[in-house]
Amino acid sequence: MSYQIKIVSAAVATALLALGGTAQADEKPVKVGIVTFMSGAAAGPFGVPARHGAEVLLEELNAGKVPAPYDSVGFGGTPLEFVYIDESGGTSQQVTEFRNMVDRAGVDMVIGYTSSGNCLAIAPVAEELKTLTMFYDCGTPRIFEDDEHHYVFRPVAHGTMDNVGAAMYAVDQKPDMKTYAGINQNYAWGQDSWRDFEGALKQLKPDVKLTTSQMPKLGAGQYNAEISAIMASNPDILHSSFYGGDLEGLIVQAQPRGMMEHVPTILTTGETITHDNKIKIPDGTIIGARGPHGVFAPDSELNTWFRNAYQDQIKGDPWYPSYKMAQTILGTKAAYEKAKADNGGQAPNTEQIIAAFEGLTFVAPSGEVKMALGNGHQAVQEVVYGTARNVDGKLTFENVKRYPSEVVTPPEGVKSEDWIKNGMKH
Amino acid sequence: MLMLPAAIIDGIMYAAWLFLVAVGLTLIYGVMKILNLAHGAFYTLGAYVAATFVGFWLAGDYNPYYSYLLLLLAGVIGGLVLGVLVERGILRRFYKEDQVVLLLVTYAIFLILEDVVKMIWGVEPYVISQPYGLLGSFNIGLLYYPNYNFVILGAAILSGVGLALFLKLTRPGKLLRVVIHDREISMALGINVQRYFLVTFVAGSILAALGGALTAPTISVAPEIGVEVIVLAFAVIVIGGLGSLPGAALGALIVGLVRSFAVHYFPEVELFSIYAVMAVVLIVRPMGLFAAAEPRKI
Repeated sequence: MSYQIKIVSAAVATALLALGGTAQADEKPVKVGIVTFMSGAAAGPFGVPARHGAEVLLEELNAGKVPAPYDSVGFGGTPLEFVYIDESGGTSQQVTEFRNMVDRAGVDMVIGYTSSGNCLAIAPVAEELKTLTMFYDCGTPRIFEDDEHHYVFRPVAHGTMDNVGAAMYAVDQKPDMKTYAGINQNYAWGQDSWRDFEGALKQLKPDVKLTTSQMPKLGAGQYNAEISAIMASNPDILHSSFYGGDLEGLIVQAQPRGMMEHVPTILTTGETITHDNKIKIPDGTIIGARGPHGVFAPDSELNTWFRNAYQDQIKGDPWYPSYKMAQTILGTKAAYEKAKADNGGQAPNTEQIIAAFEGLTFVAPSGEVKMALGNGHQAVQEVVYGTARNVDGKLTFENVKRYPSEVVTPPEGVKSEDWIKNGMKH
Repeated sequence: MLMLPAAIIDGIMYAAWLFLVAVGLTLIYGVMKILNLAHGAFYTLGAYVAATFVGFWLAGDYNPYYSYLLLLLAGVIGGLVLGVLVERGILRRFYKEDQVVLLLVTYAIFLILEDVVKMIWGVEPYVISQPYGLLGSFNIGLLYYPNYNFVILGAAILSGVGLALFLKLTRPGKLLRVVIHDREISMALGINVQRYFLVTFVAGSILAALGGALTAPTISVAPEIGVEVIVLAFAVIVIGGLGSLPGAALGALIVGLVRSFAVHYFPEVELFSIYAVMAVVLIVRPMGLFAAAEPRKI
């Protein structure tokens, strides 16, 4: 299905200068393409909160309001201009859009992409066009495990840690479990998530037995048969990497049937549904945020600033995609400013930014981030899980556990799948 | 022990939902010979209108049991308005064109309506789950089923039996069968075919919107929910035979049971199962199980 591309806005530098006030009036802004879902099923849970995160960062950075070490205007004193592109329409359309951004819109760099399929398609094109590209959310570890990239970075952790962390949390919370089940979407994200969770769980508890693995089609909508199959198989724990409308539909259909009360359920992307009070998350549900994002972000000056700035502008709490977008933009800013300092205070070129970005350690509202994998192009970060508990009508989390990046992520040069198969050793 | 009864119940419930979303599609094809790809968008709009009505009602703290009436109203009003607008405003201008052109026209309508949905309701999902659990549930051992499933089952049976009785027993129904049999002869006999087209299209649209409205409490109402529905509805009516009411019922039952048994016994082939059945049926009966033989006119 094809969708019209929506180039929604280009924030004009003069307007931003009025907010920032410190930059030179004739200075050319750093032009960044921001790509995320603005239509389709992934827009609500991912695209819209990520775009909101970008909008907040744009305004705050150009106004120089972000706390140290990000208190300079824009990137190294140069204001930012964002061009927003819709990620919908499939990989072919996204490749075309990427080329248009670079060749016609003249962006200096691109930040975006939620879909693993889009990331896999864009990475070689970014190399071909020699365009600095930062992936903000897509989870597949294959980006840097199957290929080496020079112009591509991912300043957020990949998906393996979510599912290894989920398996560790399951064993921590239910050490006597004997059986497990899964319900995941039948495409790359669901299959990879299930493979990593199942593989890690078998390493941690070799005697555990599978009762059923359900793999409905992405966007199937009706899950009553799957719910029956899971309940009839009576597992000790259920794993799901469902997201968006599929996750909401699963919970809505499971709720009157008591599935999640009966079977403790791990939702690796569950944080995105904790913001809608129309969906009641049963007590005992295990919630992940794909890292220390959202409700699991650590207390810090940066986190307090981000939450307050987001609430002021968007009138709601930031979700984990908002945090991941903010982290990616701030990581890029850190690299840009390091490159600028290394270049004697002159605006850096792409190669200089790349050299500064490789292996960089920076801080974000979600804590410390290390570019430790993929020859310094792939970030690692801790993973957090907590158990939902409704108290006086408010959702809270108990038994919150943080797993360091070294524990849940394979070492440099080792593929996630092989690392899990070989016992997750370091 | 639980698997067999669970597979049968799940299959029947799924079949009822499938029939509800497919019956309007087969009705429109039977009378108008239009493969209406916009059917999925009508389903989506019915779900959104229902989410708006019921969301407003529940936010007002009114008696939640009236929300069932609002679901029905949403389907009828949504389908009626859309059906009249699309048939009078667009389709009527293309009746003389080839079926393929009409297929493309309905696909264009589908795309436009998908964007209209985003324009009106945005891309954030709507959840109105309260009516789903309000009627209680019944259980078989460990398995609990919401009684709301009987609302879907009842709506499917009523729409199927109602349409069958209308076609068989009433005068307009009999005249409609004449139109189905031969459009040109009907016109020669003085039947107002254009009016029957309008009524048929509106009825099909109402059934699609009603399907969306009654499904709304069980899902997250979000853009593109109609995409999967239109694919499944086509599978159902192709298996049963395009334009056949009993065919749609049997097609829905076959697809529902096959998918349910796959989920319970062979989950790894669930994705493939429905289309495997469709392929087998089409090998044996290329026009579907209930397709009538078509006489050659020349």
